[in-house]
This record gives sequence, structure tokens and C-alpha cells, in this order.
Amino acid sequence: MDAAVAEKPARFETVMTPAEPAIMKERKPKIVTEGVTVHYGDKQAIYPLDIKIPDRAVSAFIGPSGCGKSTFLRCINRMNDTIPTARVGGRITIDGEDIYDPALDVVQLRARVGMVFQKPNPFPKSIFDNIAYGPRIHGFARNRTDLEEIVVNSLKRAGLFEEVKDRLESPGTGLSGGQQQRLCIARAIAVNPDVILMDEPCSALDPIATARIEELIDELRENYCIVIVTHSMQQAARVSQLTAFFHLGTLVEVGDTEAMFTNPQERRTQDYIMGRFG
Amino acid sequence: MADITADPARTRARAWNSDEARARTRKRYAAERRFRMYGIAALCFATAFLVILFTTIIGTGWTAFLQSKFLLNVTFAEDVIAPDGKRDEQTLRLANWDKIARTALYQVIGANEADRKERKDANELLSRGIDVQLRDMVLASPDLIGQTKPVWLLAQGNVDALLKGAIDRDIPEDRRQLNNRQLAWVDAAVDKGILAKKFNTGLFTFGASSQPETAGLLVAIVGSFFMMLTVALLAVPIGVAAAIYLEEFAPKNRWTDLIEVNINNLAAVPSIVFGLLGLAVFISFMGLPRSASLVGGLVLTLMTLPTVIIASRAALTAVPPSIREGALGVGASKMQAVFHHVLPLALPGIMTGTILGLVQALGETAPLLMIGLVAFVVDVPSTPLEPATALPVQIYMWASSAERGFVERTAGATIVLLGFLFIMNALAVFLRRRFERRW
Ligand SMILES: Nc1ncnc2c1ncn2[C@@H]1O[C@H](COP(=O)(O)OP(=O)(O)O)[C@@H](O)[C@H]1O
Ligand SMILES: [Mg+2]
Repeated sequence: MDAAVAEKPARFETVMTPAEPAIMKERKPKIVTEGVTVHYGDKQAIYPLDIKIPDRAVSAFIGPSGCGKSTFLRCINRMNDTIPTARVGGRITIDGEDIYDPALDVVQLRARVGMVFQKPNPFPKSIFDNIAYGPRIHGFARNRTDLEEIVVNSLKRAGLFEEVKDRLESPGTGLSGGQQQRLCIARAIAVNPDVILMDEPCSALDPIATARIEELIDELRENYCIVIVTHSMQQAARVSQLTAFFHLGTLVEVGDTEAMFTNPQERRTQDYIMGRFG
Repeated sequence: MADITADPARTRARAWNSDEARARTRKRYAAERRFRMYGIAALCFATAFLVILFTTIIGTGWTAFLQSKFLLNVTFAEDVIAPDGKRDEQTLRLANWDKIARTALYQVIGANEADRKERKDANELLSRGIDVQLRDMVLASPDLIGQTKPVWLLAQGNVDALLKGAIDRDIPEDRRQLNNRQLAWVDAAVDKGILAKKFNTGLFTFGASSQPETAGLLVAIVGSFFMMLTVALLAVPIGVAAAIYLEEFAPKNRWTDLIEVNINNLAAVPSIVFGLLGLAVFISFMGLPRSASLVGGLVLTLMTLPTVIIASRAALTAVPPSIREGALGVGASKMQAVFHHVLPLALPGIMTGTILGLVQALGETAPLLMIGLVAFVVDVPSTPLEPATALPVQIYMWASSAERGFVERTAGATIVLLGFLFIMNALAVFLRRRFERRW
């Protein structure tokens, strides 16, 4: 862990999760973090943070803007490595494997931990090439038929196939916002990940497209460990099984979604959920 | 609150339909109209200068594309060219070509060959370059020997000037470049149709010459071409690679900041300084030949590099970061993200910037003067190591000659240079359109 972090007295109350969330009894933990901290230069964005995220379930990160949800999410696929000023401390394991182990290949990790961003960001290429790109660079397909199969399957899983099957060669950027976001999900699925991270995937979409994505997330839960950052409490309540509430760079409370929304343990969680700040 | 509603002046000021409000709207519209007028005025001003520039250059220079030539029935007499029957190159090079041409000229203008003075006057009508023209014809096809053939032969510079109206017939004979007898011959020849202005191919096929009618741009064009080739082969890959490294891979620290500041400073260094640098490094230190277009190309490369780097970096920065994240997110390595996604999107910008850098280099004169590209080069260079000149330098050299033929050639060469610049700019626009992709 960083020296800077170690020196710092823990001025925020440590999280006392009274009981293990019920979902953790049904699923094995996929991602486990211990004392994760993030600094941007001298500024600390995440204070020592421990959380267990279940496999084959949707976990939602909620909290007011600027509280470090995205920052923490980006630790899980080491996207923070691309920010020169960012420093990550602590330990994150996926299936027991330390992802900050110097021997680990970051590039492979990012394929195994897919990411969907706030603003849909399809490549300025055809729909087909958008999805085929990942499998191509990883050498997943032995021939064109293989590749086509991967593309079609990914599109089907992302619930986009029916809408675009006649225009796979037209540009991905020509789709509507919601379709573009599903294309990005298909693109992530195509490289066969275990985990899919979504950073406010619906914040740029209209309610109908949002509903479509939420449905999709619910379907994907069967096969993937999904972590979604959202500023909409309703969305967290609708799609997730586990909810984690962040505030000022700390994890205030984590628990089963139902329990969190009906009976939050912490005062700050309660205030936030009741809409008293944020 | 009560005050505001009570004060009628305030109420009026805040109402949308008061006179004051309407006056404010009018004022805003007037300000906008005025601003648009300034814009249009500035545009007119700029356009006027462009028009003046082009009309003067084209007005002076278009005649350089025409050159007066005599149509002579030349007899390639064997006894003059190769009296001993030999056809080897040595014999042909030494043959008395002037005599062949002059004989044909005397006949057609009716000059008395026996009169020494009259012969001299007649000889002055033909360019001194005709021997080369005839020799090259025969060298190319030796069968001509023994035949008689009509040939367009270059007239002397003064004849050309007269035909282009640059010589005043009314000034006294002793101060005129052509005497009365020569004037009469020229007029008769024009009437007969054997002296006329033809397209000046020589402008593009001759090298340097002290006679305007045999001075051309070929050496300069070839030299400039070699230099552009050197710049394109060196500045583009080095510049783009440097830009990619600095923008995408380099750590942001004091060293890269320093490098960045220095690149920006280099772009502002006066070009003549690059000439001095080239003289010291490439010629004095590395021992490369003076006047060689390779050295010119190297100097121009140094000068163009900052431009290419800055333009390429700007194009790379303009690619939205979300594209990089998307690529990294599916497990592309940093290099794959850059080469598969960022670079293709930045390419139109990079190409435009690069071509503009090349255009700048093509028009550059000062540094080339420092490294001896200002030489009098007659023979066309076949490699970048041979002496050459460059288009703008050729313009500079011709501009310092007073003769009428060189004045029009200066403007003519300017037109040619502007033509090349125009073509390159058009290419930049075309490439940008062609490769531009939306995201
Ligand atoms: N690249 C960065 N450089 C410096 N500070 C950053 C950077 N990204 C985020 N931060 C800071 O870290 C804190 C957490 O940001 P973020 O994780 O984006 O919050 P959230 O996603 O919860 O809105 C904020 O105070 C933000 O200003
Ligand atoms: Mg965020």
C-alpha cells in the first residue's frame, strides 16, 4: 500500500457491515478488494475500500456525483493506468487472482473485464467491424465463418441483431444512441469477458432506450458478473441485486438492494436515498 | 418590491414592449450589421490585393510561355556536318551547326552573304543556343544528314523582345538594340510567317543560361523535386512518429515539456538559421557536396519537422479520447489502439498539415542560399548529389537580371511555382475529403 495512505489517519468511520448480504451466500464472490485507495496526484479520490462483488449478479454503485464511483470502477479493469497522475494502492482480486500483479497482462485483463462507457463510443467503422475488432486482435476466430458467428452471437446476446441484421456493413455511428450503447455491449461481449463494467450506461439515453438496456442487463446477469454505476436510484433498485453506496471517496454501505432501499443502516445512505442530498 | 413597481422608469426599462426595449433591439441589430460590414470590407480588401498580385504576375509573366522562333528550311549538309563521312558523336559535337542555320537564314531574309557587316547583322537575329538544338536533333536521328527539313529555331532575345513590344522602334538607331536593317528583316519575316511566337517549351527543358531565350527552369524543377522527395521521405515519417510518441506514449514530465517547448520554438526560428546550421553540419562537418539538392532537402527537412510534428499532434489530440478507451476496453494494447483507431482518424489532419509543411518548404529560399543552391547550373542533375537550384532560388536569380527576357521569365517562373503550390494545396484538400471519417 502507498506510504501516503498509510500515514493518513482513517478520518472516516470504517464501514461496519453488520451482516454479509444475502446474495453473497448464494453466489461466490467474483471481485474482492482489500484496502483499495486511489490518488490523483496529491488528491486522494478513494479511501481504503473493501468490497466483495458477487458473480452472476448485478451490483450497483450509487452515490452523489464526484464521490469516486467511476474511479473505483476503473480500478477493476485497470483503466486508471492510462491516467498518468492516477496511483492505485491496495489489492483487487478477480477469482482470487491479484489483478495488479506485475506478471499479469493488462491487455488480457481488459478483455476479460469488459467496459461500457457513459457516452456510447462505437468505433467509426461498420457494425460488423466494431464487434469483430476484439476477436480479431485476440485471434479468436480461425476464419471468416468463425468471426461471423461470433459477431452474430454477440449481437443476439446484446439484443441488437434483429434491428441491424440487414445493415451489418453500415457504420456503427449511424445507429441511434440506445442502439449504439447496445453495440458497445455487444462489442464487450464479443471478447468473452467474465465481468462487464458499466459506467452510467443510460445517462445519455431516453427512457425507452434505457428500459431496453435495463432489460438486457437483467438477461446478461445469468452469465456475467455485472457492475453498474448509476446516478438513478430507481435504476439501481430495478436492475441490481447488490447495492453499494459511495460518499466522498468512501464506501458507506453495501447490502442487498432490497434491504438497502427499504432499510438502510447508515444515516448518510438514508439521507441520499430519501433525496435529501446528492 | 413595491419600489420597483412604483417607479415607472424602471417598469418601462424592464418591459419587453417599451420604446426603450425596442431601441435596445435596434442597437443590437445595428451592431451586428456593422460587424458584418467590417468582415465584408476586410474580405474585399484581401481579395483586391490578391487580384492585384495575380494580374501583375500573370500580366508580366504570361509572355514567358511564348518564345519567338524562325521557321527555317535547314539543309543538314553532309560536307559541313561530317566532311570525312564519320558519324561518331565527337564529330557531330564539333560540327559547325551555326553555319547550317545561318545559311538557311541568309536565304530566307535575303541577306548578302558577301558583306561582312550584313552577315553580322543577320547572325545576330538567331539565338546562340541553336547549335545545341540542331546538334541534339541530329544526335537523336543521324538520318537527317543530307536532308532538308523545316525547323523552328530560336530567335535572339532582342528579336523576341521586339515581337513582344518591349523595344521602342522610335528611339534612335544607335541606342536601339536592333538596327534599321535588322528591323526590316524581322518585319518581313513576320509578314512571311516564318517568324512567330510559339509555345516556349524551352522554359521547361533548359537549365541556366546567360541568354534569356535559352534559360529554363528544368534544373530548378528537378532540384525542387529532389528536395521535396527528401523532405517527404524524412520529415513525414520522423515527424509523425515523433508526434505519435509525444502525444500517445511519452510520460508527461519535465523532459517532455522541455522537448515540447523546444519544438514550438524551432517552428518559429527564422529559416536562414536552418541554412547556417545546414552549412555547418551537412557541408563543413559531414562533407556533403555544396549546391546539392540532397543538402537542400535535409535543411528543408529540419525546417519542416516542427510544422509536421505540431500539425500531427494537433490532429491526434482532436481524436476523442472515448475512441482510445473503447479500444483499450476490448483489450487492445496501447499500440493497437493508436495504430488501429487513433491514427486513421487523425490521418486527414496529419496529411493536410504535412502537405502545408511541404508547400512551405517548396517556397523557401533563404536557407538554400546559404548552402550554395544559388549556383549557375546548366546540366540537369540526375541524382540529388549533383549541383542544382530550386524554383524560388531561380526566381531570385532571374529577378536580379535586368534584361527584358529575364524580367518576363521571373514572372513566368513565379506562375509555375504558384501553380505547383496550388496543385499541392488542392491535393491536401482532396486527401482530407477522401479520408475524412465521421464519428
Ligand atoms: N483524471 C482525473 N484527474 C484528477 N482528478 C480526477 C480525475 N478523474 C476524477 N477525478 C476526481 O476524483 C473524484 C472522483 O471522481 P469520479 O470517480 O469521476 O466520480 P463519480 O464517477 O462518482 O462522479 C472527483 O473529485 C474528481 O474530481
Ligand atoms: Mg462518473
